[in-house]
Amino acid sequence: MVTCQTGVAGLVLQPPGAPWIVSAGTPKPLPSAIVREDEAQLVSAAKAGDTHAFEELVNRYERKIFRLGMNITQNKEDAEDVMQDAFLKSYQNLHRFQGDSRFYTWLVRIAVNEALMKLRKRRPNQVSLDEPLTDDGIDSVFREIEDWGPSPEKRFAQTELNEILNSVIGELDPIFRVAFLLRDVEGLSTEETAQILGISVAAVKSRLLRARLKLRQKLNKYFRRSETK
Amino acid sequence: MNCKKVIVELTSYLDGVLDSEMKIDLEEHLSGCTDCRLVVDTCRKTIQIFCNSEPVPLPEDVRQRLHSALLERFRRNAKTI
Repeated sequence: MVTCQTGVAGLVLQPPGAPWIVSAGTPKPLPSAIVREDEAQLVSAAKAGDTHAFEELVNRYERKIFRLGMNITQNKEDAEDVMQDAFLKSYQNLHRFQGDSRFYTWLVRIAVNEALMKLRKRRPNQVSLDEPLTDDGIDSVFREIEDWGPSPEKRFAQTELNEILNSVIGELDPIFRVAFLLRDVEGLSTEETAQILGISVAAVKSRLLRARLKLRQKLNKYFRRSETK
Repeated sequence: MNCKKVIVELTSYLDGVLDSEMKIDLEEHLSGCTDCRLVVDTCRKTIQIFCNSEPVPLPEDVRQRLHSALLERFRRNAKTI
């Protein structure tokens, strides 16, 4: 099984000006492990007016929300706005949070909506949450089949690899990009991803398949064995 | 199982949620189909490469601005209570 090993801790400094592909640092076996057991108590305390409890929630998730904003919008200023708006809105609307999902899932939902709004504002005619009518990637998958070798990413310097990953994920349609980021990079479960996006589990699986196939296809030209560096 | 069915089931297979009978069929197909084996392998590597890519930090100035904005909101809320 392929699982993305995500964690709040273990983030490392990226050189200034480096491209913004953002990913996980510390191993995490299951999506649910993102949330510590005391999250519900912190949320209750914050609802009762304890600002320190809310700050603890912010400290816990700020890196992850910033990273998600960066990965969706691919822009630092937009990611900062997304993060601020997500936390301020979640604080303002905390009384509406009923606890029928995890606080983190609720927060991610707010952040994803903010990030998609940023994208729509930037490219109003290009960003749609409707399913694109383009090919699903299944029929074209066998057109480019090449062996990548054991560790194709090691053929690139870190900065160059970041540029490649940033570029290929930026080319994905936003609805596929978000599904891939939530499920494969952030390590949320398929069910949580469906809940956040307001779509069915089957739709998440379909978007995920298309995202993975598209990314594989786009990476092929960099990672195939015949591509000598 | 044919090649197209392998691709349809690829996500469930990579996520380890394919039912055992289907998994046996799929792996039997993979053992005799180089193309499908390469697709599965490169798709798995695609996910791993993104997972293992270098994380980006939250810049300190960005973090400071977030916490200043929150403190301001806390103060404003306290005044209205």
